[in-house]
Amino acid sequence: MSDATADPRFRRKPPKRPLRLSWADERIRGIFWQIIVVGIVGTIVWWLWSNTAHNLEVRRIATGFGFLHREAGLPIAESLISYEPTDTYLRALTVGVLNTLKVAVIGIVLATIIGTAIGIARLSRNFLVAKIAGFYVEVIRDLPLLLQLLFWYTIMQSLPGPRQAMQPVDGVFLSNRGFKVPALVWENAHTAAALAFVAGIVLTWLYARAARAKRMIDGQPRKVWPAAVALVLGLPILTWQVMGAPWEIDWPALRGFNFRGGLTVSPEFFALLVGLVTYTAAFIAEVVRAGILSVSLGQWEAAQALGLRSGSVLRLIVMPQALRVIIPPMTSNYLNLTKNSSLAVAIGYQDIVSIANTTLNQTGQAIEGIAIIMLVYLTISLSISLFMNWYNARIALVER
Amino acid sequence: MKMPSRPTFLRGLGAALLATAIALPAAAQQQPAAPASSTIDAIRARGTLVCGVNTGLAGFAQPDSQGVWRGFDVDYCRAVAAALLGDANKVRYVPATAQARFTALQSGEVDILARNTTWTLSRDTSLGFDFAAITFFDGQGFMVKRSLGVNNAAQLDGATICVQPGTTTEQNLTDWARANRIRFTPVVIERLEDNINAYLAGRCDAYTTDVSGLAATRAVQANPNDHVILPEVISKEPLGPLVRHGDQRFADLVRWVHFGLVGAEELGITTANVQEMAASDARPEVQRMLGRNGDLGRMLGVDNAWMVNVIRSVGNYGEVFARNLTPIGIQRGPNALWTTPGGLQYAPPFR
Amino acid sequence: MSDITVNTPIGSEPRSAPITAVGPIAWLRANLFSGWLSTAVTLVIGYVLVRAVMGFVDWAFVNAIWSVPVTNGVAQTQACRELHGSGACWAVVTEKHRFMLFGTYPYEQHWRPALVCILFVALYIVSSLRRFWNWRLIPIWTVTLTAIGVLMWGGIFGLPYVPQERWGGLPITLILATFGLAFAFPLSVLVALGRRSSLPAIKVLCVLYVELIRGVPLISLLFMASVMFPLFLPEGMNIDKLLRAQIAIILFAGAYLAEVVRAGLQALPKGQYEAADAMGLSYWQKTGFIILPQALRLVIPPLVNTFIGFFKDTSLVLIIGIFDLLTAGKTAIVEPSWQGFGVEVYVFVGLIYLVFCFAMSKYSQGLEAELNRHRRR
Repeated sequence: MSDATADPRFRRKPPKRPLRLSWADERIRGIFWQIIVVGIVGTIVWWLWSNTAHNLEVRRIATGFGFLHREAGLPIAESLISYEPTDTYLRALTVGVLNTLKVAVIGIVLATIIGTAIGIARLSRNFLVAKIAGFYVEVIRDLPLLLQLLFWYTIMQSLPGPRQAMQPVDGVFLSNRGFKVPALVWENAHTAAALAFVAGIVLTWLYARAARAKRMIDGQPRKVWPAAVALVLGLPILTWQVMGAPWEIDWPALRGFNFRGGLTVSPEFFALLVGLVTYTAAFIAEVVRAGILSVSLGQWEAAQALGLRSGSVLRLIVMPQALRVIIPPMTSNYLNLTKNSSLAVAIGYQDIVSIANTTLNQTGQAIEGIAIIMLVYLTISLSISLFMNWYNARIALVER
Repeated sequence: MKMPSRPTFLRGLGAALLATAIALPAAAQQQPAAPASSTIDAIRARGTLVCGVNTGLAGFAQPDSQGVWRGFDVDYCRAVAAALLGDANKVRYVPATAQARFTALQSGEVDILARNTTWTLSRDTSLGFDFAAITFFDGQGFMVKRSLGVNNAAQLDGATICVQPGTTTEQNLTDWARANRIRFTPVVIERLEDNINAYLAGRCDAYTTDVSGLAATRAVQANPNDHVILPEVISKEPLGPLVRHGDQRFADLVRWVHFGLVGAEELGITTANVQEMAASDARPEVQRMLGRNGDLGRMLGVDNAWMVNVIRSVGNYGEVFARNLTPIGIQRGPNALWTTPGGLQYAPPFR
Repeated sequence: MSDITVNTPIGSEPRSAPITAVGPIAWLRANLFSGWLSTAVTLVIGYVLVRAVMGFVDWAFVNAIWSVPVTNGVAQTQACRELHGSGACWAVVTEKHRFMLFGTYPYEQHWRPALVCILFVALYIVSSLRRFWNWRLIPIWTVTLTAIGVLMWGGIFGLPYVPQERWGGLPITLILATFGLAFAFPLSVLVALGRRSSLPAIKVLCVLYVELIRGVPLISLLFMASVMFPLFLPEGMNIDKLLRAQIAIILFAGAYLAEVVRAGLQALPKGQYEAADAMGLSYWQKTGFIILPQALRLVIPPLVNTFIGFFKDTSLVLIIGIFDLLTAGKTAIVEPSWQGFGVEVYVFVGLIYLVFCFAMSKYSQGLEAELNRHRRR
């Protein structure tokens, strides 16, 4: 139980006494306690398990995951992959997972950007900016997220109907059916351009690496941005031009009850996204602020003494050091955002919780339904943790 | 070695743990064991019937401003309590969400679920339930705003439709849309009132649920005439109380309480005249039903005056209907007695 | 972020500090108008702020309606509807505040939940005083929580019995959060100790518990409590819905608090452990006398922050249909005459949460500053 004795002689050479079957032996006591605790926990688990098994059998409740291959028959409003109510529960649940990931990924990106901006704003020398950022953080953090989501959803619902939709810009409609924006009619040329864009980013990265390596040798700074612009913007545009430059736009228009055509951002998704982003941004702002404050003033002063501009100080000196403090709490904020996205069920966005919930309701198989929800979140949580740990390790390596 | 005095902190911790150990089982309402085979005995021993009801649906189950549960389903709970315990007030109501209702019954948290639940094959079999009777013949319909100018469901192509998830309603809607080649955008919100709010706020063009539910929602609006219930009924929704599978005695009792209510309407027995009829009516079926003859109550395992207790406290089927559902604008329709054209409510003979 | 270098021209003869370098004007120049960018930002934000505040004042006070006539038990809300959102309809709060605060608790007995809320607040205040940070807290909590149970249930001392199904509103929120803390805290201390234990089996169990709970959303635990828990128990044994949700919240809070406590255990210098061992203290003596008193003191600010977190999280019980403050607020606007006044109700409910959470967060910030004072140079 307790650490080895403090005597340094024993520290150097751990004692190798034979196990004596006596209460005085610490290891025997340890084994005894472990057996007791494991026994108690095991008994409880076994008791719950046998109760459940008995209950399921006596009440003739169906078990197993056979229902996954049955027809779901549940309608889903928005989906990243093609889905019909005639598809299986498995596909419906996949749609749910993708919807969760969609809101989580977009939410994490936006919350990071907005949170960082607010965190920096809180340290601004402009009194007004700092105070407003502080007020925002305090208020948002002290209100339950669910309340905020319901609030945003109520606001979305109180927008005018589709026939009286607001039209801030031509072709963009804002109504209680969500946002409607014109969409590009997707063709091969666009796919090619997108691929060229990715290729451009990879090439830019390689170029920047080569430039840095050269600079290490001859000390000459090389401008990366002209090449970056050419590769990241020029390459896709060129590809698109070569492929015939298709430029057909699908404009949303009121037909019948609703808008047809264009891209839709549903009120449910929008309310959830706004709620998650504003809420998480307030926490991220605090993390970023603490991270920047953790860098000692001497670093700022030394950087300024070297003649760096204040933007460069932040980018080259302060941020790399602050990041080491920022990353671990940032990870838990990302995890929280992902887990909080499960509140979607309250405002009708069909994420994994909502769909698994409906599934367990229709099949009556509560245990399987909840097991699926937990498994999905555990997997996502674990993946985010692993990725952030990897990133954290990478950053830590920079230390010399 | 001198033992140190026991640490105050540990003592405190011990006290807290002890308090937990005492408080937890005390707070857990350890009810007398109710194995699936003897629900009736368990209810008798407990002295109350535990009834799972809707969390709040006008006409079916809703607490009034004094917190007293009222409604059609609630009256069925009261009727069963009256038959079994002789007192219609010996009921504890457990409001159950659509999601929690089935496990509440499966686990024995409630004895009977009277919560607008549709009788389907899979619920009867794989969920482990027995539907006792069809107390209300319902069907799914649509409600739209009058200003939309829609007269029938076929015009709903392209519409946004609000629907509560996890119910047969949702599956009926997709079946209907597929059969009629109608495209629609669903808005799927868990809580009933959020669903209705979304419809009222204009988030959806149409709201779909059982016609009785539509009527109930429409009736309480400030301006009921702003809303139209479309004529099409797209499904069969036989609603009724359900009990756990495997306890035939209790299922029989619930079933015959329903038949008793229907039979009483047929025979003209009402709250007002039940005592008098029990004492003096000469018709043999009335005498058997009201327990003067034939020992029917004992066969069900209850007192022979069971139907007298039931009718005295809730009235016959027609009275239950008139008290709860007529005020919110629901017609008898298929729920009329079989003796009227189109009526489906029918009671087997009491003998 | 902007440059604050202010170049004042240097005159030939000595003079007193210019008005621009001291006093309010200097403050304005330094904090609001230092450089053209800062000035532009100040002006833009100032304009937006003034407009927003004026709009809010118009909505919340100038155009607001504070009460409406009630005929035959039905509120006449036409006046509110004619505002079309240009003003708040606080009448919904005036009319329904008792319902939102206390739910379906019998109307004439409302003094009981009100007293319970006051008891809770008193309990928080007493617990926040450093004078009480010792064993005395345990009897204080036990007595207060028992008194709260007696008040809510009744059935003795001439108080009529009120079944749990009729409780609702703010007391439910406070009960879920406070009882959650009261039971999760001892659990979390044990788990945190277990996680740092040298016994592999105990360590594995604690790690599994903490990581599993922290990996899933609270909602899934609440669903579990609501639909799965009844299947876990033997036939005939039932635990009511509120208690099931409470157990889920305790398990949830236990895992998060355990991590906070563990941080405190880790922050303690190793010398403390070694010194205790050197004295020949047993494990429990060492933990009870030396380690925990120091470690727990260290983690009080993060503990309060975690408490704020799950004080807010109790609102999730809305999803499984338990009648807490937020559910009561939502139910208040189900009645047709009040439909559509969600924003007002959410503002009211939000204010209540804000008051509690803000007070706690200010307290924890103050405490943190105080506890860190000796470290500052």
